[in-house]
Amino acid sequence: MTIDWQHFTPWSALGGGALIGLAAAMFVLLNGRIAGISGVLGGLLNPTRGDIGWRIAFVAGLVGAPLAYRLFGALPVLHIDAGTGALLLAGLLVGVGTRYGAGCTSGHGVCGLSRLSPRSLAATLVFMGAGFATVFVARHVAGV
Amino acid sequence: MSPVFERRITMHIVTSLLAGLVFGFGLILSGMADAAKVLGFLDLAGAWDPSLALVMGGAIAVGLPAFALSRRRSVSLLGAPMRLPTARAIDRRVVGGSVLFGIGWGIAGFCPGPALVALGMGLAPALIFVAAMVAGMGVFALLEKGGHDDPRR
Repeated sequence: MTIDWQHFTPWSALGGGALIGLAAAMFVLLNGRIAGISGVLGGLLNPTRGDIGWRIAFVAGLVGAPLAYRLFGALPVLHIDAGTGALLLAGLLVGVGTRYGAGCTSGHGVCGLSRLSPRSLAATLVFMGAGFATVFVARHVAGV
Repeated sequence: MSPVFERRITMHIVTSLLAGLVFGFGLILSGMADAAKVLGFLDLAGAWDPSLALVMGGAIAVGLPAFALSRRRSVSLLGAPMRLPTARAIDRRVVGGSVLFGIGWGIAGFCPGPALVALGMGLAPALIFVAAMVAGMGVFALLEKGGHDDPRR
């Protein structure tokens, strides 16, 4: 294993992570809910009464974050290398998978591990393992 | 609906928006909105960028005391019922779903939060990914109609 020192950004990673933790902390302490993005978004597709407004607000906060971020500083340039077919396949898998798996990087990874949930630890190990394996196959076996 | 109840719901919507904003700021600052950086973490055999592990570490360090406190409360600070997950089973659904999610994550470098933030930057690839992701969530909603159960998250 070689560390990519050029791209490794420990301080902004820790600081950004702390902000993500702060958002999850606010959400559970104020709203009594888990800040799991797949659950918040997916719940909009079979909503129950009184359950729609806060979901839309949370998603609007995420989508609106870049706009608000610009008040404080320049936005980073994002790199998305996947083509249309790969994006469609990846999106479908992420959509179905996070709903059946009952969580994603935020719900299981951040909130679940913070709650010391064995189920979330298992889910996190599984999706990280699958992610590692997929990138290994794509980059080092298939050579995409 | 009583005025107190209505005010409470409005308050919940405001705090929800704020939490989403702060979450999005964290994703942007940490670099996790960048699919290429996430793939740099998932590529263990290549030039490995460990940043994502520190993002998780930073988030969990702040999350731990908050969730420890939340466990001891039955209502939130705003008076909402605590809806913490109750499911504990590590079954085929959780494992199989997480496998599919991980494969999709590894293909494009996007998970749900960063994809929504990238969508907010007006990037066409993010729009394509989010549309497919919502369609995938729609498949679940159709097949599991009535089985929707919030605390499972």
